[in-house]
Amino acid sequence: MKRGSAHVTGWLLLLPAAALLALFTHFPVAATLWHSFFATPKGGRAAPFVGLDNYRVMVADEVFWRSMVNNLWFALGTIPVSIALALIMALWVNGKMRGRTWLRMAFFTPTVLPMIAVANIWMFFYTPQYGLLEKLTSLFGIASHNWLGSESTALICVIVVAIWKEAGFFMIFYLAALQQISPSLGEAAALEGASRGYYFRRIVFPLLMPTTLFVLVNAVINSFRLVDHIVVMTKGGPNNATSLLLFHIYQVGFNFWDSAYAAALSMVLLAILALVAVGQFVFLDKRIHYQ
Amino acid sequence: MSAAFTPTRAEAAIETTAAWLLGVLWILPLAYAVWTAFHPSEFSARFVLTAPLTLENFAKAWDAAPFARYFFNSFALVTMVLAAQLVLCTLAAYAFARFEFWGKDAAFLLVLVQLMIMPDVLIVENYTTMARLGILDSIPAIGLPYMASAFGIFLLRQTFKSVPRELDEAARVEGASPLQVLVKVYVPLARPTYLAFGLVSVSHHWNNFLWPLIVTNSVTSRPVTVGLQVFSSGDQGIDWSIITAATLMTSAPLLIGFLLFQRQFVQSFMRAGIR
Amino acid sequence: MKAFTIGNALRSIAAGFALAAMGALAQTEVTFYYPVAVGGPITKTIDQMSADFEKENPGIKVKPIYAGTYQETIVKSLTAHKSGTPPTTAILLSTDMFTLIDEDAIVPFDDLATSADDKAWIKSFFPAFMANSQTGGKTWGIPFQRSTIVLYWNKELFKEAGLDPDKAPANWKEMVEYAQKLTRRDASGNATQWGVQVPSSGFPYWLFQGFTTPNGVELMNAAGTETYFDKPEVIEALAYWVDLGRKHKVMNIGVIEWGTTPKDFFEKKAAMIWTTTGNLTNVKNNAKFDFGVAMLPAAKRRGSPTGGGNFYVFKKATKEQQAAAVKFAKWMTTPERAAQWGMDTGYVAVRPDAWETARMKEYVKGFPVAAVARDQLQYSVAELSTHDNQRVTKALNDGLQAALTGAKTPEQAMKDAQAEATRILKSAR
Repeated sequence: MKRGSAHVTGWLLLLPAAALLALFTHFPVAATLWHSFFATPKGGRAAPFVGLDNYRVMVADEVFWRSMVNNLWFALGTIPVSIALALIMALWVNGKMRGRTWLRMAFFTPTVLPMIAVANIWMFFYTPQYGLLEKLTSLFGIASHNWLGSESTALICVIVVAIWKEAGFFMIFYLAALQQISPSLGEAAALEGASRGYYFRRIVFPLLMPTTLFVLVNAVINSFRLVDHIVVMTKGGPNNATSLLLFHIYQVGFNFWDSAYAAALSMVLLAILALVAVGQFVFLDKRIHYQ
Repeated sequence: MSAAFTPTRAEAAIETTAAWLLGVLWILPLAYAVWTAFHPSEFSARFVLTAPLTLENFAKAWDAAPFARYFFNSFALVTMVLAAQLVLCTLAAYAFARFEFWGKDAAFLLVLVQLMIMPDVLIVENYTTMARLGILDSIPAIGLPYMASAFGIFLLRQTFKSVPRELDEAARVEGASPLQVLVKVYVPLARPTYLAFGLVSVSHHWNNFLWPLIVTNSVTSRPVTVGLQVFSSGDQGIDWSIITAATLMTSAPLLIGFLLFQRQFVQSFMRAGIR
Repeated sequence: MKAFTIGNALRSIAAGFALAAMGALAQTEVTFYYPVAVGGPITKTIDQMSADFEKENPGIKVKPIYAGTYQETIVKSLTAHKSGTPPTTAILLSTDMFTLIDEDAIVPFDDLATSADDKAWIKSFFPAFMANSQTGGKTWGIPFQRSTIVLYWNKELFKEAGLDPDKAPANWKEMVEYAQKLTRRDASGNATQWGVQVPSSGFPYWLFQGFTTPNGVELMNAAGTETYFDKPEVIEALAYWVDLGRKHKVMNIGVIEWGTTPKDFFEKKAAMIWTTTGNLTNVKNNAKFDFGVAMLPAAKRRGSPTGGGNFYVFKKATKEQQAAAVKFAKWMTTPERAAQWGMDTGYVAVRPDAWETARMKEYVKGFPVAAVARDQLQYSVAELSTHDNQRVTKALNDGLQAALTGAKTPEQAMKDAQAEATRILKSAR
């Protein structure tokens, strides 16, 4: 094939996808940055340039800071636990355990449910007095509690819902990776007198590092991207105790119609995601074993 | 874990019990929802084993909102998005896998941006774009931002790269154009990847909520997730029996599909994760 | 300004063909967004009413579109308005009036309803409902589904507790006393039955007005430019609300879900509940015990906020559509129909003469509690409504929830809310 036409063909093939990506990913990122420096147009008048005003408002916005803190706690709460659970689940399902097909189904089912269906079910679960959780806790003598309605427990409740939804999804990736590990490694280790724990710690876990990285990145992105359950269960309440960054953006942009401030808030979210991307490529890539 | 390590009977018993307990805990919320949906309102909070089964909650839920239309919308949406993704991502992946062109590496990096920065977080600007295009409140408006899927391009590029070049050259020798080579050689060999990607995509777009919520207004474009939310919004007296029935209805297609084709689902997601 | 977009161009071409095809049969289409805020088969009723209207008015086609909660309906209406294709008419909260005016989205009825008959129609509604519907001397909304907060009580549980089942608490002191007798706990100290339940999720500011109005204070001025959240009487009212849970322990602490409160009542988990009169039919159908409905207990006086939705007509609709929408609104609010709507749902029939119709009189005779909300109208005040309403009410809601969950004292919560509201209203000007 002539070299010139390879360039042309290449670009022609890429064009449709590139056009859509440019329109709905790259352009919005740039537009968000641009709009964050203007005020929201109201009525007929055009948007005036206000420089860093929106960012100044953001720094003074208590709800913004609360949302950021909540999001960080949310990430810290969901990510390690769901990854750890996913790994354990994968180990169990991969082994010779009895009923593992059933287990696999039980663990993976939450993943195929829409998040808002999950949220509705769990809201029912958490209902004070006659929700299932109340029934269970009263069996153990734990006092009745308004789980979603108190600031101290609402965020934890939402974290539990997210873990329930995500762990099964991550389990699958670990399962795939586990099945790639050659059985001869295990045999060799057993021959050398290694214990199961040693085998796992020193051989299996490091081999799973690429998967762990993949799952970790996914989990971090999801912790900023998924707010469906907030919309359904708490609407950010009580008193912003469960407000997450994307939810706050949604409220500001589509309940208050303050699109300029929403753009400024979005920039923060984009910056965080960009940081995650950089972090993935620069730091973690160095510490992985590749087979 | 490796079969070379056989646990003691005690260890096995403890592990099995722990696993089963976790499994039960995991399926409990869904089981609870199923119980509530299939029994009349009075039993939604009580577990009387002899309580009568009923389908009336489903009937009431179906009547209370145009779920038939919602299902149609969701179905149209996932089909439209998947079809577009298959075409666009195949072409783009082919370009990246087999062609050298100016700016290829930069373009690939720009594609990867979408892996991190998904349309889900660009709701404010994408909404304005849709308004400018004049297509707000339509099914294409929901699907457009997702049709060029960086994930799909990435997966297919990987798969195409692993196709032996000899096959490509052999087809070329027979006088096939690049597109024909793509269709005759690469696409058939990538079938497992297509299946994997398809299931992931359908799953994701059937369940998508926030963006469709913002972008749709009327019943003719509302997918089933938004319909469910509108239906079960708390201003009404919440009747959990009807809401759980509606919730199960919404999840049913994917859930039933999953239960019937568990292996394929799991394999697909597994394949999608292998990088 | 409508941008020249592909979508609009295509729409215009399609519309052109459609018009040509229809020929002389010109039909005005009225799109109508409506929320459902109370239990019951409202969608069916609305569809039926729209069909009946079309029968009597062959040149008009009504497209009712169910849009979710009030919150979701205003979001959708403004979304549609901003993208150039608003609904012709919508039922939105009476408190959304200032927001809609600021967004230049609606037209006042005085401009459209100009005949003498029309003017009489505008004057025919209860004044309490017009408080949130008029400003600057113009009428922007027409009451349709309006309500007040009422107290429902379980007569059986009253009897069990040794209280007179036919007497509801008349003031704040009595409410606490009755509730203390009605609260039951099990062996481990958990409450199996709460004396009283006032929900605080979603829009606690409305329930809060059920405390501030009896305490003799208003939360904002009529022009919607000032708020008074830190007045001593307001803080007092909040302290009473918080004490119900924390001091007297007759109510669950934390934020109580609005949607499940009626169900809690049916399940006998709460002996007295505060909720909208719009839930009356729902309670009537589902409570398997004798219940009563009363006005809210008094403090310095009786009182409740009004609530619910008005008809609004959108500016960007065509003149024919707007005229058709006014016709529709008039038709939906004739005395007979207002009465019927009230009977079907439990909302307060919005005009005095609706209560004088034969069917309504009979209904009230057989079901006297239906008139309680109407009787409360004389003590009722406007619902909280200001410019940039969503943000201001959120500031108040956050403060209320903070006090109810114990994160802030009532005084601190209200001072912070007032500061926030003042800041918002200043920049809104």
